[in-house]
Amino acid sequence: MLDLAIEERKDFVYTKSKQRKALKCDTDSISGAVSQRACVYCGARVVLNPITDAVHLVHGPIGCASYTWDIRGSLSSGSELYRNSFSTDLKEQDVIFGGEKKLTKAIEELVQKYRPRLVFVYSTCVVGVIGDDLEAVCRAMAAKHNIEIIPVQSSGFVGNKSMGYRAACDSLLRLIEPRRGQKIVKRKNCLNLMGDFNLAGETWIIKEYLNRMGLALNVAFTGDAKYETLKTATQASLNIVQCAGSMMYLAKKFEEKYGTPFLRVSFVGIEDTVESLRRIAKAINDQSVYEKTEELIAVEMEKTIPVIQEYGKALQGKKAAVYVGGGFKAISLIKQFKELGIEVVMIGTQTGGPEDYAAINDLVEEGTVILDDANPAEIERFTLEKGAHLLVGGVKERPLAYKLGLAFIDHNHDRKHPLCGFDGAVNFAREVYSTVCSPVWKYV
Amino acid sequence: MSETNTHFRNVNENPCNMCMPMGGILALKGIEKTMVIIHGSQGCSTYMRRHISEHFNEPVDVASSSLNEKGTVYGGEENLKKGLDNLRKVYHPDFIGILTTCLAETIGEDIERIAQEYVRERDLSQDLVVAVPTPGYGGTHTEGYFLTIRRIVAKLAKKTQKHSRINVIIPNISPADIRELKRILSLMDIGYILLPDVSDTLDAPYSRLYHKIPEGGTPLAHIRAMSGAVATVELGITVDDSLSAGKYLEEEYGVPLYRLPLPMGIENTDLFLRTLGEITGKGVPRGLELERGRLLDCMIDSHKYNFQGRCAVFGETELVYAISTTCLENGIFPAVIATGSRNERLGALLAKSLQEGGSNYVLLNDTDFAHIREQCKIMKVNLAIGSSEGRYLTEREGIPLVRVGFPVHDQVGGQRILSLGYQGTMAFLDRITNTLLDNKHQNYRSSLYRKYFVG
Ligand code: SF4
Repeated sequence: MLDLAIEERKDFVYTKSKQRKALKCDTDSISGAVSQRACVYCGARVVLNPITDAVHLVHGPIGCASYTWDIRGSLSSGSELYRNSFSTDLKEQDVIFGGEKKLTKAIEELVQKYRPRLVFVYSTCVVGVIGDDLEAVCRAMAAKHNIEIIPVQSSGFVGNKSMGYRAACDSLLRLIEPRRGQKIVKRKNCLNLMGDFNLAGETWIIKEYLNRMGLALNVAFTGDAKYETLKTATQASLNIVQCAGSMMYLAKKFEEKYGTPFLRVSFVGIEDTVESLRRIAKAINDQSVYEKTEELIAVEMEKTIPVIQEYGKALQGKKAAVYVGGGFKAISLIKQFKELGIEVVMIGTQTGGPEDYAAINDLVEEGTVILDDANPAEIERFTLEKGAHLLVGGVKERPLAYKLGLAFIDHNHDRKHPLCGFDGAVNFAREVYSTVCSPVWKYV
Repeated sequence: MSETNTHFRNVNENPCNMCMPMGGILALKGIEKTMVIIHGSQGCSTYMRRHISEHFNEPVDVASSSLNEKGTVYGGEENLKKGLDNLRKVYHPDFIGILTTCLAETIGEDIERIAQEYVRERDLSQDLVVAVPTPGYGGTHTEGYFLTIRRIVAKLAKKTQKHSRINVIIPNISPADIRELKRILSLMDIGYILLPDVSDTLDAPYSRLYHKIPEGGTPLAHIRAMSGAVATVELGITVDDSLSAGKYLEEEYGVPLYRLPLPMGIENTDLFLRTLGEITGKGVPRGLELERGRLLDCMIDSHKYNFQGRCAVFGETELVYAISTTCLENGIFPAVIATGSRNERLGALLAKSLQEGGSNYVLLNDTDFAHIREQCKIMKVNLAIGSSEGRYLTEREGIPLVRVGFPVHDQVGGQRILSLGYQGTMAFLDRITNTLLDNKHQNYRSSLYRKYFVG
């Protein structure tokens, strides 16, 4: 049993041993623990923000919008509207007398100015408490302007980040719902990609793979997504789900409502990429797709493997600590590190579920520390105790790693290089090499 | 001139300010062995930590009471107390700041009472905890910053014996700037109490041993002694009296108050040194005189280039004021002056010198970047000065940005940007002049070709 300063944290952390133990997860953060997690609004905003031609309006005080203004690296092939941060900027008076009027006027102004076909209105903490009727305001404005205005129920205190994913998915479901009487026609060999946000062009990389396999990418949720294309989502014959944490819910609902099957995939690391491509081909079950897929894999592997092996030589025997947002990413990272000859000695996530932790448990060596909803004190302690040479994380973890004198790998949403697919695997290996083998560590 | 007050607009498009608790965190991070807990939902503290972290490239630990639905309905008192317990177990702070968020304020949490009860129940010192109401909708991070300092002083300063040090209260400036101020004070051989001091806590040197709370910050004992100082120099002329810690010390303890602009530019720096001289009777040392001479030399070297500058200045009021006056001194005309705060003093303070500058300008209060961008086009601005948030002016309008202030999160070194004192002004001026020169070098060939060859 690990001895932690905060008693309530004990069930969230354990060291892998022969005796398997279920980890506590998917629950609220503990007060005063300095969790690395954000809130419901954050979860919703991450998922929806990559929709490029929508107005994303934050209904609340200014801070919430300030801190989320264009901080993600999602790329667009068209509109740049999504890179703005719109807020109703509630002030004291609005909190006392209600913010519905201001919201109405804000939508009015934005519609006049940008003529969008789609507006998302996010609720924040205050709005949830003062009880503004978002639904009613959105409905009235939508009818008036004949566009879609969708409320996102993302008040910060109603749960953790996962609740925000849920809220975003609910909004997406509303958006893709076919009009009454409209017939759903499924297109063959046509896929939706869920849980990819086109960070540094990752959606485009996957799209190219699919094309080379003889498949078409219909809609990506939500990387480089547009109003127009989102509306065709029901036409896909298969959904592939990458970031399961955020999109599993959508995939399941999709299956329920429109009978579209789904498949969990991961394009993080060579092993998972190859396996995912094969599983997609299998699900499509078409001889020519099989062949093209194998061809694609062969071509890419030949280019990639030697490069990765070269980097791997310098990295043998190093140890990594991982703290990322979602469970599936964590799992893939363990495998990816194995490809480089690196052992993961500490691993945790912000929003992983019980199955994720079970899978993680099966993959890691005995002695690895597994933890949910960690805080800086725990990350510090276990990376040091376990002798990690590098830490994987986001913006908040980076300075901590550096202060501890450790190499650091960005797996955050504002990175400028892709980490998915074969190119991504090379980028990853190069990044690990460039940080672990930097001369700077000689001096610290 | 025109002064536009936009605070009646209904939508803020690309914010030029942050919320109150953000300022509170920045102030508290400058106090020795201090931890901060934000009373509200988890997201606020995480977002603010992230924002601060990116600017300073430092770990920034801030706890949250992680209010959930239950806490919101039945009150978050228990959450907050538990949070305080947990935070003390992990961090062992000597001082704790509790800040509220929108959520806590909207549900009417009385953190002052909760804090008092907490220290009583746990049998702790009354002075361990300061509670500051900082609703996000109550003002910008600038107001949050000054209010928090005032509250800290009100909490800790006690009637003490008179001593010979002077209080120096500063706005949110870079660690490099704080170090420069301290260097100047030391050169003049002046004993001082500087509040708040993030020069080590948010720009900590690498050391083998990691400290969960970084070393440095204004010592608590110093804050307690502020009431006995010979004078207070508050670098906050744009700050409202109700937010001024210097005013508080003057009213409660009769410490004479000098409110000055940031010592940036020749006049402001002269004024700062002159005032220090008046208070202490000490003259300006030779070293600083030489620096002044070098700054003058630098100003002469660049004056012609700078005359082509028409800039937009935006950000926190104190810095905006100091930058604007420095620009004016150097022939660079601040055509658009903007702040996300609602501040009455700024415009009045600048009006005279701007009118003397002879050209039209706009002053935007409580503004956003959509508005700033629009005005930059109208006013034909060719240089932007302020935080990273102005990068859109470059991306969309091709106006180069000289980064200064908070936050600078798209480049490294936000904590190392030096702009104060004679030396800092030189560095600042060089950055500006070279940006204007780059501008020129980049297109003079093509523009002359177009004008005279193509015709
Ligand atoms: S504006 Fe209010 S709810 Fe938003 S981050 Fe600031 S304190 Fe939190």
